[in-house]
Amino acid sequence: MKLDLSGLESTVPHFGTSDGLSHGFPTAPSFDLPITGDFDGFQKEAIQMVKPAKGTTTLAFIFKEGVMVAADSRASMGGYISSQSVKKIIEINPHMLGTMAGGAADCQFWHRNLGIKCRLHELANKRRISVTGASKLLANILYSYRGMGLSVGTMIAGWDETGPGLYYVDSEGGRLKGTRFSVGSGSPYAYGVLDSGYRFDMSVEEAAELARRSIYHATFRDGASGGVASVYHVGPNGWTKMSGDDVGELHYKYYPVTPSTVEQEMGEVSGA
Amino acid sequence: MTKQAANWSPYDNNGGSCVAIAGIDYCVIAADTRMSTGYSILTREYSKICKLADKSLMASSGFQADVKALQKLLAARHLIYQHQHNKQMSCPAMAQLLSNTLYYKRFFPYYSFNVLGGLDTEGKGCVYTYDAVGSYERVGYGCQGSGSTLIMPFLDNQLKSPSPLLLPAQDAVTPLSEAEAVDLVKTCFASATERDIYTGDKLEIVVLNADGIRREYMELRRD
Repeated sequence: MKLDLSGLESTVPHFGTSDGLSHGFPTAPSFDLPITGDFDGFQKEAIQMVKPAKGTTTLAFIFKEGVMVAADSRASMGGYISSQSVKKIIEINPHMLGTMAGGAADCQFWHRNLGIKCRLHELANKRRISVTGASKLLANILYSYRGMGLSVGTMIAGWDETGPGLYYVDSEGGRLKGTRFSVGSGSPYAYGVLDSGYRFDMSVEEAAELARRSIYHATFRDGASGGVASVYHVGPNGWTKMSGDDVGELHYKYYPVTPSTVEQEMGEVSGA
Repeated sequence: MTKQAANWSPYDNNGGSCVAIAGIDYCVIAADTRMSTGYSILTREYSKICKLADKSLMASSGFQADVKALQKLLAARHLIYQHQHNKQMSCPAMAQLLSNTLYYKRFFPYYSFNVLGGLDTEGKGCVYTYDAVGSYERVGYGCQGSGSTLIMPFLDNQLKSPSPLLLPAQDAVTPLSEAEAVDLVKTCFASATERDIYTGDKLEIVVLNADGIRREYMELRRD
């Protein structure tokens, strides 16, 4: 199996790697693989044991003014909430965002790697990489690790010379261009709200509110989503963070508790 | 011939709990000193805390052989960094190095649940929490290990700080003083020891601040 190991190349120049200094350190980039006849079984057991953090709701859509990207911030390990403040919207460069769904470590590592590759592209070609190009770089890497147990469901959103761009890329090797995506365990709920409220000619504020409400509704019904709903907007001059609201507080904003008049009040019992 | 399932696992769980709390200008890292395997105690005096750099300490629970290998690798990488850059590694840099080191073994993971604590480049306390394959984030407090499900809700109750993702941003560092944070940690472990069989014997507390590193011990229940 020929793996694409370019993701592991160290960018630090190693002077004199052939002498004793790096003895015992891998000079060629490689992932340590377990020596076993049953790779799949080993991965199944290892993943059960380490229980990497996943479970999420993310969404992104293109509209008249650019791309809106939103996500929750909960990470769960089995039934335990390991964090309520995970950054699921990753800033690849000032003009491109990536979302995280699936294994947190897988997404973090490969998005960081993608950022490095995008920067190298800029230096080599004297121009920013397109969203098409960036998503293809990531998709090719993930395809080469297909079947090895990576769990990545990401969206690459950006604004390049051709205008706003949005791609969905996953660890099965899929890559789809589209205008509306939601990824994660809470995505069915988010799609319900997003699809019914979507119009191409929304203003930035309307689109942000739609994205925020979609994430809120997904966190309401999906146990694996929660925390803080972050909303980002990608425009012609790059991305800006529109809002970050605790979903518990959003609930009471959308459904305020109205004090109701008491009809019968229980009186004090005298004696016993 | 029927397929035989693997009856030897390269992993073991040596138990134990670790906690780290970030303060305004200090960081407290603590871990119990019990090392066990199954229902047996291997030793009551094992330190789970390792000094990686002047301003970074790592506490790890899980499989201590993997933890030892990880500590050696990080120490060696830090030495190379010092030779190349003529300075100590900062805590945020060490945090990313640890994340990458863990991910390089994505297909044969280190069974090591880590908390990294230290002072950032501005002298403020910082704590980074990890999963076994390298996903990490900076938090105001963190805990890992067999007692983490017992300790974490208590820390959430006492220290719950606004999420760094909120906009407008609010600072995540705890307003507690150093002495209060050390007291809080002692309370955490005293409680966790009551209900977790793998936590106990002795508590090792390391406090890192601008004056340096201070170590303190407290006896815990040995049953």
